[in-house]
Amino acid sequence: MQPASRQPVGSRARGLSTSSFEIVGREDFSDLTYTLEVRHPLMARAARPGQFVIVMSHPEGERIPLTLADFDADAGTITLVIQAVGKSTRELQRDAQVGTTLYGIAGPLGVPSSIHPLRTVVCVGGGLGVAPVFPQARAFHENGTRVIAVLGFRSADLVFWEEKFRDVCDDLILCTDDGSAGIQGRVTDGLTLALDSYDDVDEVVAIGPPVMMGACAEVTRPRGVRTSVSLNPIMVDGTGMCGGCRVRLKDGIRFACVDGPDFDAHQVDFEDLMNRLGSYRGDETQAVQAWEQSCHRAETAASEVLVTTLPTDDGRA
Amino acid sequence: MPAKRTIRTIPQERTPVREQDPAERARNFTEVSLGYNETEAIREAQRCLDCADPVCIAGCPVSIDIPGFIRKVNEGDYRGAYDTIAASNLLPAVCGRVCPQENQCEGVCTVADTLEPVAIGRLERFIGDLAITQNWARPPHITPTDHRVAIVGSGPAGMACAADLAKAGCDVTVFEALHLPGGVLRYGIPDFRLPNAVIDAEIANLQQLGVTFITNTVVGRLFTIEDMVTELGFDAVFIGTGAGYPTMLGIPGDSLNGVLSANELLTRANLMHARDFPTYDTPIPLGRHVAVVGAGNTAMDAMRMCLRLGAENVHCIYRRSRDEAPARVEEVHHAEQEGVQFHWLTNPVAILDDGRGGVRGMRCVQMELGEADDSGRRRPAPVPGSEFEFACDQVVFAIGTNANPIIGQTSRLSLNRRGYLEVDQDLATSIAGVYAGGDIVTGAATVIEAMGAGRRAAAAITRYLAIRDPGRRYREGGEPVFGMPAAERNFAPLRLATVPADPLPGDEATGTTERTSAP
Repeated sequence: MQPASRQPVGSRARGLSTSSFEIVGREDFSDLTYTLEVRHPLMARAARPGQFVIVMSHPEGERIPLTLADFDADAGTITLVIQAVGKSTRELQRDAQVGTTLYGIAGPLGVPSSIHPLRTVVCVGGGLGVAPVFPQARAFHENGTRVIAVLGFRSADLVFWEEKFRDVCDDLILCTDDGSAGIQGRVTDGLTLALDSYDDVDEVVAIGPPVMMGACAEVTRPRGVRTSVSLNPIMVDGTGMCGGCRVRLKDGIRFACVDGPDFDAHQVDFEDLMNRLGSYRGDETQAVQAWEQSCHRAETAASEVLVTTLPTDDGRA
Repeated sequence: MPAKRTIRTIPQERTPVREQDPAERARNFTEVSLGYNETEAIREAQRCLDCADPVCIAGCPVSIDIPGFIRKVNEGDYRGAYDTIAASNLLPAVCGRVCPQENQCEGVCTVADTLEPVAIGRLERFIGDLAITQNWARPPHITPTDHRVAIVGSGPAGMACAADLAKAGCDVTVFEALHLPGGVLRYGIPDFRLPNAVIDAEIANLQQLGVTFITNTVVGRLFTIEDMVTELGFDAVFIGTGAGYPTMLGIPGDSLNGVLSANELLTRANLMHARDFPTYDTPIPLGRHVAVVGAGNTAMDAMRMCLRLGAENVHCIYRRSRDEAPARVEEVHHAEQEGVQFHWLTNPVAILDDGRGGVRGMRCVQMELGEADDSGRRRPAPVPGSEFEFACDQVVFAIGTNANPIIGQTSRLSLNRRGYLEVDQDLATSIAGVYAGGDIVTGAATVIEAMGAGRRAAAAITRYLAIRDPGRRYREGGEPVFGMPAAERNFAPLRLATVPADPLPGDEATGTTERTSAP
């Protein structure tokens, strides 16, 4: 498979970078949210709705789990939507420019979402969760299911992918906290509206912050509508090895990375999930502070010596 | 010819190995055991009786000619000793460190009938380390067969299988899900027991044999096992993915923050370098009072890691007694020396919530041993009314692992009831050309057993390929796979590892044989 494997020893040594996880597209939706389109033809071909990847931006980095927001087998690319909230995602925001490469990306991981023809499905996306619910909306659309999207953002300036969703949805309910776009209210209000408007909803798919997914579960529970959520707990390897991503369901513990990430919302213990998501908050604060200080030092040093060269791709040797 | 040694004439005392001082080493990450130097190795080699019936060979899972290599050590022919070991075991520097010798070669050593057994493991390590610094693992002459074989998983089973197949002339590609190769040797076994430099050296040896390592590849999800023997055009596949799905105890409180598997703790600390946070980005939960449940090697590694990360005290909670503890004797001994407190015949009942989602303690019950169970060990049973609580702020479970489900989820391979792959006596799975071995077949076992399985599978694969298509020349590369040209597949081969940056522990940077007679 690798013709190079028969080359004499040494010919593949240093200098020939073989990391080919190239970033071929990027779009910034806001100060915090950005998309990366990564070239990975095999993964683009293998990816299915609901799956995720693990990204490492550099050898000292974390393994960051990110849900696949899109994939295009013809173009050979996958798309990630990322929010710069912690040290690693902010660093990635700074460094991951078109033409640079990622140190590592593994996937697609997790069990693909179960997509089978239904009468009507409501796809709920809250904030960043709007991105990973897109592949599911599209897949339901492609198999003939009527798709209602409920997308929630804080305000109109944070809205993204509205047109992309309109292309694959039969109806779209946009919700903003301040009413600057669509209806004023949370996605649970939009979800209630959707369930009131369509009496043949077979399933709800909800992706977003845990508190939002928990709230959606409570909207659908009394109505008895099957509801699937995609959980993104803390992970390390993403391959079932560490158990860090374990989530509590009514009938026991599961690992989100290999048993999920999709689970029946009515089985999930969201309180447990939210508690576990907070376990590294102190470390994250420390990491962000250390990083900001090093950035500040670097900026100061650069301005002092009036260096005019461009920064390196990742700021590392 | 010197006179035949007897039990009376050999050095009576087993040659001690120099170790870092317990108090000092319990706070650093460098290797505990410094290994034998040349003088010590020769003295210990003289304790071997070179028995007519070498039971040690039978005690070794890969049947190393133990008296043969020790004889060479005695003669000062270290290269010869290495070649003797390497005929059976390609990773002596690893096995000399991590094999449970007391249950294998040393456990049956004739000398042990009267005295302490010959320190076979330490001698093996001596030769293994020397081989690394001297680069003795130079590729032999290889006649390419142009058979292409894929290995799934770069742990001990995969490494051993890859080495044998490469020597047999196959074009071998190893796929690894993580970003670095080595499997459990990398993520599981800490540096203070098996330095990364040793793993890097063994990987580099395999690369010199022509083995290609492709990291970041989750087989089953990126492509399936079936794809590998069809579209991807591999003539055979070996699956050595291990049994890395950690077991949690299922007691109240086991999803509190501060409760984690030993796999997670060790992966963060070893693979992800969390001990160097925030230089490395991955954090690790640091407990001051840590309870580790279990008494296997992984439990010992986890406990000793916690001490090094700064825990004030570390407790081992084990439901059986010391005699039943599955860890290597040396590891238990080292953990004790370093200050781990052992609570034998103690079983956790619940983990107690501190009211903020964390751990404030553990409730345990005393156990007593009853009748022997299936494993031959006496079955522990709780002593009524013996429950007690003790304070801790972190709990680590090291109570075993189950089969990783990914290959089972994504292929038609036959699994047994517990999710492990079913194989025949040749380690062949239910798909022609696909073999499997190591923990994914047997459940959690030892590094050397996994290596043994990798080698058996390599032999079976060689036979299979020779029968299937004798003398076939493989087509040139570049054929489209999945409709994509080869260049599009985005496999990123690991760059050829150069000489490890870190010198071996206890090693001077000179890299000459001087080290063997140094201290």
